[in-house]
Amino acid sequence: MSEAEVTREGLKGVRPGREARTFSGEGGRRRRDAPARDHPGSSYYGQPVINPPVWAELDIAGYLFAGGLAGSSSILAAGAELSGRPRLARRSKLGAGAALGVSLVALIHDLGRPGRFLNMLRVFKPTSPMNVGSWLLGAYGPLMAGAAASDVLGVAPRAGRVAAAGAGVLGAGVASYTAALIADTAVPAWHDGYRELPFLFAGSAAAAGSGLAMIAAPHAESTPARHMALLGAAAELGAEQLLERRLGIVAETLHEGTAGRRLKAAKALTVAGGLGAATIGRRGRLGAALSGACLLAGSALTRFGLFAAGMASAQDPRYTVQPQRERLAREADADSH
Amino acid sequence: MSSGADGSANGKASPAVSDSGDVLGVLLGGADPAGSAGWQEHPPRMGFFTDTSLCIGCKACEVACKEWNQVPEDGLNWTGHSHDNSERLGADTWRHVAFVEQRVKVGNHEPNFQRAPSAGGEGEDGFRWLMASDVCKHCTHAACLDVCPTGAIFRTEFGTVVVQADVCNGCGYCVPACPYGVLDKREEDGRIFKCTLCYDRLGVGQEPACAKACPTDSIQFGEVDELRERAAGRVEQLHEVGVVEARLYGHDPDDGVGGDGAFFLLLDEPEVYGLPPDPIVTTRDLPEMWKRVGIAAGGLLAGAAACFAGARR
Repeated sequence: MSEAEVTREGLKGVRPGREARTFSGEGGRRRRDAPARDHPGSSYYGQPVINPPVWAELDIAGYLFAGGLAGSSSILAAGAELSGRPRLARRSKLGAGAALGVSLVALIHDLGRPGRFLNMLRVFKPTSPMNVGSWLLGAYGPLMAGAAASDVLGVAPRAGRVAAAGAGVLGAGVASYTAALIADTAVPAWHDGYRELPFLFAGSAAAAGSGLAMIAAPHAESTPARHMALLGAAAELGAEQLLERRLGIVAETLHEGTAGRRLKAAKALTVAGGLGAATIGRRGRLGAALSGACLLAGSALTRFGLFAAGMASAQDPRYTVQPQRERLAREADADSH
Repeated sequence: MSSGADGSANGKASPAVSDSGDVLGVLLGGADPAGSAGWQEHPPRMGFFTDTSLCIGCKACEVACKEWNQVPEDGLNWTGHSHDNSERLGADTWRHVAFVEQRVKVGNHEPNFQRAPSAGGEGEDGFRWLMASDVCKHCTHAACLDVCPTGAIFRTEFGTVVVQADVCNGCGYCVPACPYGVLDKREEDGRIFKCTLCYDRLGVGQEPACAKACPTDSIQFGEVDELRERAAGRVEQLHEVGVVEARLYGHDPDDGVGGDGAFFLLLDEPEVYGLPPDPIVTTRDLPEMWKRVGIAAGGLLAGAAACFAGARR
């Protein structure tokens, strides 16, 4: 404690330094109600208030996309398995497996100490979406890989079907939890969107997985994927509209710079892919594949765009300070009424 | 006095937490963070009261922190931001002295280089030089601790928040989770570092290096309850002598992070010093996030089921 031995006996307990009359001068007292003067500078040399994420864009935005793709492909695979569409099932399983592989490589690569990635499973912590996600992937991965291996190698078909169904259910979690992963931070564009992001991500994942199925599966079996594409694209676009309204001033980060360009392109591609799935996609494989490619690219650009928007919102102190000021003003207003 | 305050605070906090049945509330901790974290018997909560009205910008705290904790050099750059060349808190800057240099008058301060004494007294040609030593706030509800997926970040028996370097795998989740921008990744190392409130020194009854080195007692170390009382008295004293700008920051147990273990007396709005005006622990909204993730995941499954049902051949 500050009451250290260095104090001389005569001065014990006396703390002249702490009683210093800062700025008070000799010239009497100022009125207590004198307002603090307005002055420029609601930031400290423009420095961000929070520390922006140290995540590599390719790793983490890439994972947001690949994880969504894996999750929704597993759902399609499970549905195809149960409804007797073996080729849609197999190709969705392989797609999910590849996306899962990419996800795991990206996640481990982004760690500062990749050799310690298993530390993620030291504890179970519901307060950490990253921890919950690690457990989720830990359960989902083997099921997904097992389902794909059983299908391709033709071994243990019954167990394979059970694994595929399990991976489908967990896949819905894999596709959606990443919204909580990024929203559970102080990054304004992510945190303030915590109400809409889960639906945006689920929709974007559905669009991506069904887009891949429309490219990979034969036309006769891809009807459910086309329906899901339409549903996913609509959910993604709808949730994004709500997000933009929610964010207030922070929504600027969705429209400006790199994020703005990506999200604009994402929107166009998602609209095109969704419309394509409902029109040319129904007529033939080529139309379906083209629409599917648009949806895949749209989903990827949505994730990379939201990642960039989050970074931009973290780097500018205005986006941290102004919403907090507005909240304080609202609270003061509510108190006075 | 302080022991009585301790006892009543603990007595109130524990049942309030368990009565509410709020799992997250228990995990986040209440007025007694160490107790809520599972320490059966623990010393009182320790922290800092940084009285920036006494700071002279000597940076002894930055140096003492680096020396004691063997923190690497944080860049030999020249920012042009007054005397501040360490810029902000980070992996290699655990104490950061901010310098705000502006043509704004503070109190009745008469800078000796003023061109002419102004008759009005208020304002014209004022000059102020605010200095403040920033540090990890050791929040009651610490977002970094909540989101850490490995359990590397933990609550000490002193109620402080420490990163265990031998567990951290450098995932970086805590970095954007902190509402104050305290934690950061040391790139060449790969792990996350921040102020430990000199956990090693506290363990043997020593005060943290920065507080020990501070020549003006701007950085005061002690029991948080006692520091809060002292801070309230100090603000009153400054207001008495006309420094109406003086205000406390992070002292309030009812704020968005449940009060800081390291809090401040500031002479202007927090954002002027690079601090958030109304920080909220991000995990406060996590239950709602999980709920919405669950609904979205369920919707995804239901939507897919509908798509397959609608495409029956």
